Amino acid sequence: MSQIQIHHQLTGRGTPLRDRVFMWLLFISLAIGVLTLAILLIYVTVKGWPRLDTRLFTNMPSVRDAENAGAQSAITGTIWVISFTALIALPTGVMAALHLEEFASPHSRFQRFIEVNIQNLAAVPSIVYGILGLAVFARALALGQSVITASLTLSLLVLPVIIISTREALRAVPRNIRDGSLALGATQWQTAYRQTLPAAIPGIATGTILALSRAIGEAAPLLLLGAVSFITFNPNGVLSGYTTLPIQIFNWTKESREEFQVLAAATIVVLLLILLAMNFVAIWIRNRTQKRW
Amino acid sequence: MAMSTVSETAEGLSLRQSRPRYGEKVIRATLALAAIVSVFTTFGIVISLLIPSIEFFLEVPITDFLFGTVWTPLFKDGEFGVLPLLSGTIVITLIAISVAIPLGLGASIYLSEYASPRVRKVLKPTLEVLAGIPTVVFGFFALEFLTQLVLIKIFPGIEVFNALSAGLIMGIMIIPTIASLSEDAMAAVPSGLRDGAYALGSTKRQTAIKVVIPAALSGIVASFVLGISRAIGETMIVTIAAGLQPQLSFNPLIGMQTMTSYIAAAGSGDLATGSIEYKSIFAVGMLLFILTFVMNIFSVRLVRRFRQAYQ
Repeated sequence: MSQIQIHHQLTGRGTPLRDRVFMWLLFISLAIGVLTLAILLIYVTVKGWPRLDTRLFTNMPSVRDAENAGAQSAITGTIWVISFTALIALPTGVMAALHLEEFASPHSRFQRFIEVNIQNLAAVPSIVYGILGLAVFARALALGQSVITASLTLSLLVLPVIIISTREALRAVPRNIRDGSLALGATQWQTAYRQTLPAAIPGIATGTILALSRAIGEAAPLLLLGAVSFITFNPNGVLSGYTTLPIQIFNWTKESREEFQVLAAATIVVLLLILLAMNFVAIWIRNRTQKRW
Repeated sequence: MAMSTVSETAEGLSLRQSRPRYGEKVIRATLALAAIVSVFTTFGIVISLLIPSIEFFLEVPITDFLFGTVWTPLFKDGEFGVLPLLSGTIVITLIAISVAIPLGLGASIYLSEYASPRVRKVLKPTLEVLAGIPTVVFGFFALEFLTQLVLIKIFPGIEVFNALSAGLIMGIMIIPTIASLSEDAMAAVPSGLRDGAYALGSTKRQTAIKVVIPAALSGIVASFVLGISRAIGETMIVTIAAGLQPQLSFNPLIGMQTMTSYIAAAGSGDLATGSIEYKSIFAVGMLLFILTFVMNIFSVRLVRRFRQAYQ
């Protein structure tokens, strides 16, 4: 075989057609998801546009008067519920993660049980958390259909997410920072509190914001916790009745008149803008404080 | 005071703990307690489902529940056969995964094997945005856009509330779950395997199909299982777009009720605590919890086996 022939065989004949088709199929499967997202965003913005004005923020919801209906109580309700969710879930989640990552012995059977348990909880359908909230918080503890019932339920829902992301953030802090602190005579808690935790804060903040943005969009468990009835007042305490943005959207989608679908679309835009802002903050924190050890 | 001076002079600097740190112990106990909240949550879920379910099954025989074909809980002599809810769940889940599995897997192969770093950097966060859209928004989109502007032109006989629109949009919703887990699995395949395949003259496609996918298979299957479990547990899309009519049918063009949308519909009403309708929420919830729980255990196992293979 001459040298030219060998060279010819090794260079091949370009990418076969089958391979190019395959690559395009893969690209299309990715594009379908992205394209649907784009259509969804454009559709709700165009549909909600006529009602995207200050009435949404100043007026209370209604199922009769579409012209003057707003979403004020849903916006304040969302703020109340999410604030208390954060107040409950953030400390609990960070403390649980500190225990699992810094203190518990990694080989004990109980530790493994807790870990598998958290993984399972992360995948329990959200409506099941609604059942838990209904049976335990609303009825057994007699907290009723209140802000605090919703916050406690959503806290349990996002707790696994916060624990998992906090543990990842703690794990990213290098071993020798802990060793240095311990060698200087700090106790394990002093090391965790003054060295490891501050170093992990950007990661924890990002994970928590993403977990809370999941809670903001959550509607299913709240359907069981009394948020469905029409609330035309702002919450004035933790035992007050409430409604939230996703619930208000759901209520309007049930109305047959077109004006209410427009209102629902406008409220969706508000909800998506809130989520978008939170995601930007999370990404900003991640990029700004990204540390290379 | 005198004692410690003696021990220090005797041994030089003592490395023993100078004093018992009670504060430290209290803090450790508090942290452990926070970790145990998750265990309490699981117990809380199981107990709050179990007790009313047992009461329910004292009134309705469990065989009538599991094999009955009529679900009319709000009628006077209501029947509690769960099969219509189960079939609704199965139909919608099947539609969803037949969208999500091919598209999610395709997207993950593209991202892991084909996309340049720059393209990945744009497309991956976009998929994450898709994962972050609230399900109530997907439900609205399924009902208002997909059914009323698209599907009604293709299938003129379609009902306003139908299983097809809910299933299709749910499939789109699950793409990111499957894509990101499968991509993780493929990224963990050692590049030596790919290089070996290339060195033997394989094309990219052959390498992806015959080397990377088999090597990442347990992770990929785990992502499918998790996707199915999400489809079974999804509530808002079906409640909004698939209607509230229990139907023992496999026709996707009509409205259907699923286990989740029954719980949502019945639970949002003001049912008396002791009534049979109230207890039926928990019986259906129990079935839903068991189904998703078994799938999650299965997928956690698969992922663990996969991690062990390449460590």
